Amino acid sequence: MPTTHTLDIANAGGSSMLLDIKNLDVTFGAGDNPFRAVAGVDLQVAPGEIVGIVGESGSGKSVTMLAAMGLIDAPGRVTADRLSFAGRDLLTMKPREKRAIVGAEISMIFQDAQTSLNPAYAVGDQLLETLAEHQNLKGAAARARVLELLEQVEIPDAKSRLSAYPHQLSGGMSQRVMIAMAIACNPKLLIADEPTTALDVTVQAQIMELLVNLQRQNNMGLILITHDLAVVAEVAQRVVVMYAGEVVEQSPVPDIFNTPRHPYTQALLCSIPEHSKGAERLATLSGVVPGRYDRPKGCLLSPRCPYVQPVCHNEHPLLEATHRGSARCFFALDDAGRPSHG
Amino acid sequence: MNTPLQATLPTPDFPSPLAEFWRGFARNRGASAALAFMLLLALAALFAPWIAPYSPIEQYRDALLTPPAWAEGGSWRFILGSDELGRDILSRLLHGARISLWIGVVSVLCSMIPGVVLGLLAAFYPTRLGILIMRLMDIMMALPSLLLAVAIVAVLGPGLGNTMIALAIVSLPSYVRLTRASAMTELTRDYVVASRLAGAGTLRLMFNTVLPNCMAPIIVQATLGFSSAILDAAALGFLGLGAQPPLPEWGTMLAAARDYLESAWWVVTMPGLTIVLTVLALNLMGDGLRDALDPRLKQND
Amino acid sequence: MIQFLLKRLGVVIPTFLGITVLAFALIHVIPGDPVLVMLGERNIDPTYYREAMHRLGLDLPLWQQYLHYLGNLLQGDLGTSIKTNIPVLQEFLALFPATLELSLAAMGFALVFGLAAGIVAAVKRGTVVDHTVMGAALTGYSMPIFWWGLILIMVVSVHLGLTPVSGRIDIEYDIAPITGLMLIDTLISGEPGAFVSALEHLILPAIVLGTIPLAVIARMTRSAMLEVLREDYIRTARAKGLSRSRVILKHALRNALMPVVTVIGLQVGTMLAGAVLTETIFSWPGIGKWLIDAIGARDYPVVQGGILLIASMIILVNLLVDLLYGVINPRIRHAR
Repeated sequence: MPTTHTLDIANAGGSSMLLDIKNLDVTFGAGDNPFRAVAGVDLQVAPGEIVGIVGESGSGKSVTMLAAMGLIDAPGRVTADRLSFAGRDLLTMKPREKRAIVGAEISMIFQDAQTSLNPAYAVGDQLLETLAEHQNLKGAAARARVLELLEQVEIPDAKSRLSAYPHQLSGGMSQRVMIAMAIACNPKLLIADEPTTALDVTVQAQIMELLVNLQRQNNMGLILITHDLAVVAEVAQRVVVMYAGEVVEQSPVPDIFNTPRHPYTQALLCSIPEHSKGAERLATLSGVVPGRYDRPKGCLLSPRCPYVQPVCHNEHPLLEATHRGSARCFFALDDAGRPSHG
Repeated sequence: MNTPLQATLPTPDFPSPLAEFWRGFARNRGASAALAFMLLLALAALFAPWIAPYSPIEQYRDALLTPPAWAEGGSWRFILGSDELGRDILSRLLHGARISLWIGVVSVLCSMIPGVVLGLLAAFYPTRLGILIMRLMDIMMALPSLLLAVAIVAVLGPGLGNTMIALAIVSLPSYVRLTRASAMTELTRDYVVASRLAGAGTLRLMFNTVLPNCMAPIIVQATLGFSSAILDAAALGFLGLGAQPPLPEWGTMLAAARDYLESAWWVVTMPGLTIVLTVLALNLMGDGLRDALDPRLKQND
Repeated sequence: MIQFLLKRLGVVIPTFLGITVLAFALIHVIPGDPVLVMLGERNIDPTYYREAMHRLGLDLPLWQQYLHYLGNLLQGDLGTSIKTNIPVLQEFLALFPATLELSLAAMGFALVFGLAAGIVAAVKRGTVVDHTVMGAALTGYSMPIFWWGLILIMVVSVHLGLTPVSGRIDIEYDIAPITGLMLIDTLISGEPGAFVSALEHLILPAIVLGTIPLAVIARMTRSAMLEVLREDYIRTARAKGLSRSRVILKHALRNALMPVVTVIGLQVGTMLAGAVLTETIFSWPGIGKWLIDAIGARDYPVVQGGILLIASMIILVNLLVDLLYGVINPRIRHAR
């Protein structure tokens, strides 16, 4: 999908942004060895924009979004220089005010839709609850709206599904219900955390198409968390690549696929068959994302990076502006995909 | 999973199962304190005749209902006070520990051993014998253990020996069910199949191959069974169906103390407190054992 | 659902028959001549003995005696009390409401405080509150309730003078037993003093009887809640912007209740056993005290009938709990 919406990140002021996150840290565990699951993440989403967040499991992409939603619990600590939604500061907001936004203006769907629905309540009741909570909509009007929502997410025979229980629905159906629940209050931002990972391949495409259609109809901001770059390539306008709790690159869509600046992005691209065609095939990265006990001192990718230099082991690179985005690499790749140290 | 019963030689990298178990158990402070308390109680029970200041049945007619040493009107002659017949409560409690622990040990052993055997039989012959055994256990489980014990004692007549028999019978089903359930799981494991293919006989399979791997939950159950045996024995004693006076069984002591609620709180308080502490200690130990022996059963905490 | 019910009945009926065999055997296992045991007499005239033997059917072969016994049972004939000469079933029915009232009050107490304690402990997991609540629960679980009853009487009734020591109501009130439940009967009678008196008499026994179920429910609720709070749908509920209390009480508790309901069913047996002790301590005129008194008086028809009736009730309650479980768990209710 060609992007019609170009965005100049550098000039974008905080107020015009739908979601504006600056220097977000999420820490788990206390004492001598706290674990920073998310470290210094900046993220901005414009109204109506589709942003993909990509990374391996454990890269902190879900945690970042849960933190934005205010769903990180007590042992975890969330700090940020700025965390605002539609110009309102989520950090200083009272819990009650925040709850009025969460679920209504920002909503989220999750990877495993079947376990994300409460098994004890009928589908219709779970949808009604959202409407009652945020729009004070009850009775016949609420039921009519629920039906409308179920039809909007293309659930066949919606009326009879109202009294169905989650265990009676397939994975794809459950995800449609989750989506209906998420768009119930016409949110300005929808966060989809690996919405298709748990589904059959054929269903995946349908759900993705549904999400994109809904995004276009309602002009929502959409954050798509995934480890699948191919999906992002098709729908997103901008991509943020995360690695071990940090943003390592972010860039508009055609650029990130044509001219990745960070070695990690390049490696991810090479794992997609279509994109490695023609280019010299890069071996997949060996090793795994560093965890709590084996965080490298310098660049977090240094133990796995094919272009690693001595400085990478000792110093931590900052996120620096590239042509139309930014990358966290001392030797950002050039247009030919070669590291800048030659 | 290895059980602590098969203690292997410790190697530098892998601590023996026994050591590993002990480390897990000792980390649990409540369980360790409970173990210390139980060891102390067992020693006190063992040496009661030597450490108790008086005979448990000797009556000091000049000192009826003396309050404990620290209370008003009390004296160090009777540290925990004396009862309505002038008997030293501390001495009675120490001797009572012998009775209660003895009841616990005997009734646990007398229900665990047949229970385990029946459970193994039910697991190895699940079609006819197994069904028969389990139906019988269902019938026994239909009555709560204390009521069944009351019924049995009603038939056999009150007394210490019959109490033990009754308690052994009522806790039988828990061992049978537990052993059967874990043995059934083990029977599907490859090592059992391998052992069977190697030509191991049924008896060998039952007791040498399967049983050691079912021991963890059985040991936990035995600890918890110990505590409920003490509790139920005291209840029977209290109802006048258990150990008979003048035996200083804790529950029997309480039965006699009922008339002194208004005048002598210590006669009521001391035996009950002893029961609570003992049962609490055993339950804490049971929880600790379960967590240390079988992480799968670990409760969330 | 029907299938589920039939399956449960398939287990319940053999168990019930087993209990009847057990109760039947009781009379024959007791040392001594069954005729003398049933009549509760020592030396009787040989003609009368033979006549009684025939009347009680004890001259028949054992299996015929059992069938006879079973036939009588099905007609509601559980024998006659030696002491009072009143049919056992009639005595049971007269006394059962007292036990029912006590058990309901105790279960209500245990449920309210047990659920609350379990939820609070789970939500405040790992804090001082959690440790205190769970320590108290384990202590309650380890409590010999007959002693706990004595201590409460000593402190609350004797020293503080807050509640009466024994019985169901002050003797000054004469309440017609309409439902048999004193609280309701006193309300019907229209005497406010009588209701207060009945309530005062009920409080301590209910607390004593409810203590162990409370402890068990609290422990079970806590661990079930901890399990449920980790589930994905709790995250969904929070992502909906629901308040914390709504997430816990509506979304978590409903699912945590399923294992708790099973435990409550098992506690009914424990409660009836506990009633024996509680009623003895508080001189509460229910079936527990009746059974113990009958054992003391060697009134074997009552012992036999009482045990059979109590066991049947426990079986029945457990069956009801299974059905209730089916109602709150949609997976069973809508089983295909």
